[in-house]
Amino acid sequence: MRRVYPNKDFCIGCHICEVACLTAHSASNDVVIAANEEKATGLQPCKAVYEKGQISVALSCRHCDNPSCVSACISGALFKDEETGRTCYNETQCVGCWSCVMACPYGAVRRNTTKGKIIKCDLCEGRHMPACVEACPNGALVYESRD
Amino acid sequence: MSRGEIVLLFKPISQNFSDFVIDRENDRCINCEVCVRQCSYEAHYWDDARQCVSHDHTKCVGCHRCEAFCPTGCLTIKKNPADFRDNALWTPTYMKHVYKQGDTGGILLSGMGSPSQKPIYWDNLQLDASQVTNPSIDPLREPMELTTFLGSKPDQVSFEQTPHGPKLTTKVGPQLKLNYPLMFSAMSFGSINLNLHKAMAMAATELGIAYNTGEGGLHPDLYKYGENTIVQVASGRFGVHKDYLNAGSAVEIKIGQGAKPGIGGHLPGEKIDEEVSKTRMCPIGSDAISPAPHHDIYSIEDLLQLIYAIKESTEYKVPVSVKIAAVHNAPAIASGIVRAGADIVVIDGFRGGTGAAPTMIRDNVGIPIELALAAVDNRLRDEGIRNHASLVVAGGVRCSADAIKAIALGADAVYIGTAALVSVGCTLCGRCYTGKCPWGIATNEARLKKRQNPQVAAKRLANLIRAWGHEIQEMLGGMGLNSIESLRGNRDKLRGLGLNETELDILGVKHAGR
Repeated sequence: MRRVYPNKDFCIGCHICEVACLTAHSASNDVVIAANEEKATGLQPCKAVYEKGQISVALSCRHCDNPSCVSACISGALFKDEETGRTCYNETQCVGCWSCVMACPYGAVRRNTTKGKIIKCDLCEGRHMPACVEACPNGALVYESRD
Repeated sequence: MSRGEIVLLFKPISQNFSDFVIDRENDRCINCEVCVRQCSYEAHYWDDARQCVSHDHTKCVGCHRCEAFCPTGCLTIKKNPADFRDNALWTPTYMKHVYKQGDTGGILLSGMGSPSQKPIYWDNLQLDASQVTNPSIDPLREPMELTTFLGSKPDQVSFEQTPHGPKLTTKVGPQLKLNYPLMFSAMSFGSINLNLHKAMAMAATELGIAYNTGEGGLHPDLYKYGENTIVQVASGRFGVHKDYLNAGSAVEIKIGQGAKPGIGGHLPGEKIDEEVSKTRMCPIGSDAISPAPHHDIYSIEDLLQLIYAIKESTEYKVPVSVKIAAVHNAPAIASGIVRAGADIVVIDGFRGGTGAAPTMIRDNVGIPIELALAAVDNRLRDEGIRNHASLVVAGGVRCSADAIKAIALGADAVYIGTAALVSVGCTLCGRCYTGKCPWGIATNEARLKKRQNPQVAAKRLANLIRAWGHEIQEMLGGMGLNSIESLRGNRDKLRGLGLNETELDILGVKHAGR
């Protein structure tokens, strides 16, 4: 399956992927409203750039073949879509126990403390290309199949 | 990032008279700090007191990186509208120079080519086109040859008849084959980083042209691109050894550079990291200083010795090029260079780029490449030695029309440096010498150099050359020519616009209407 792969050698730590992610998941679809208004009511990016020294890398859900988060989920909110291979998330079922947050070896599942739910990458369902990949100015995020 | 320092109300005047102002549309700013992270001069910062992103105009160099990256488009970098009293003699540029020197007592440094208002003859030359009497050619339907061979051509050729047809019996010297009459100029590894060298090497290989290493040696990772590499030998002899000389498809002796004729090179120690140090064969962090002259070349005879020393060590397999800056006596010097055995002569005009040059020299020394090119081509023709060497020009070629005009004036090929850098993001802010290039070009800082992804940059460089190639083919076709060879030195295809008799005479072109 196609996944988003980061390339730490060319991630410049600009965090534009986070802004793109935020906008793509906003109700308004507008970067300014998403950041200045919707963020205050719980909108959060699924993507996070981690930095250490000169190295930076943008992480989001890896959509693992055998996802620890799905095994850890107590409410069935996280599940594997056998057809697409994606690790899916049903927000209404999430009870905010954070088990998946603890289980994810990549730290790619994050807490949304405003909503008391988790937040994770859905590969921009409905878009032809995840917003973060499209927005990356340096080709440091690619959306491809490496199976 | 917070400012972390006490902001004093008083600053030296040279700082407060800033060149640019940062215009932030506050309604659209989302405080995402993209600008803060992108600005390597710290003009943008996180203001802890106000809990928002803020900026300091005086630190802005006008590179436009923040503007290009701002996800909401809320930033505009403008020229500082603060006006000094009008004075035709004392323009703000000269006043700011004086303020700066009053502060520092030092030589003014500049990066990139001269921005000064001097004639640009490309703009005063018009190309011809076919109408009725000779048909123009459509390059999309008919072959259009751009292939160029650089190197010495024989005075005459002889053939022998064989059962398979005629066979060339004349021995032709080594040639550098180019699929386009364009090459990437010498920009050393050190002045620009390895990512861009890799990108130039990859693009040159893909296109079948050549890039020049500049005086910084050749990184071990790039030896595999040797067939499309011109290795340079300059006055500091940095990175020069036998394997290096034999790694390329041509060797270039750099005598001078258009942006700073008569001046050597100075790569600041800050730009010399481990990789640069290994490649240049000089210590980490120490300034790499290339002397103004080659200390073993004080005459044409000395130059001849170096040319032949290089030819011996490369077993006469690759052409040897000599690059000089366009100066008053360029034609006589070029004649000497050809007679000394060079296979390629490169003339670099005064608008050529640089990573660092004394401002006074950059803006006041040397002559326009158009005049130097025409004069050198004339001189070599008059002396009957034009075929002994190819002529390559560099310095201020901005578009395919400039390049094709150079070829019509007599050049065999054109080097492009600034245009190549602009294609990967350079905005000519001219602060290359600080080593903090926000576009990741003229920097070796780990966090900045990765802003140039070689894959992305190589694609952009290749796109640029292909685009120019298409345009050159269209212009050639329009003139009824089907080969770049038919245009070389064909000055009848040019007419001058608004030029005086002397200029027309030097350029060897008629005025438009004649």
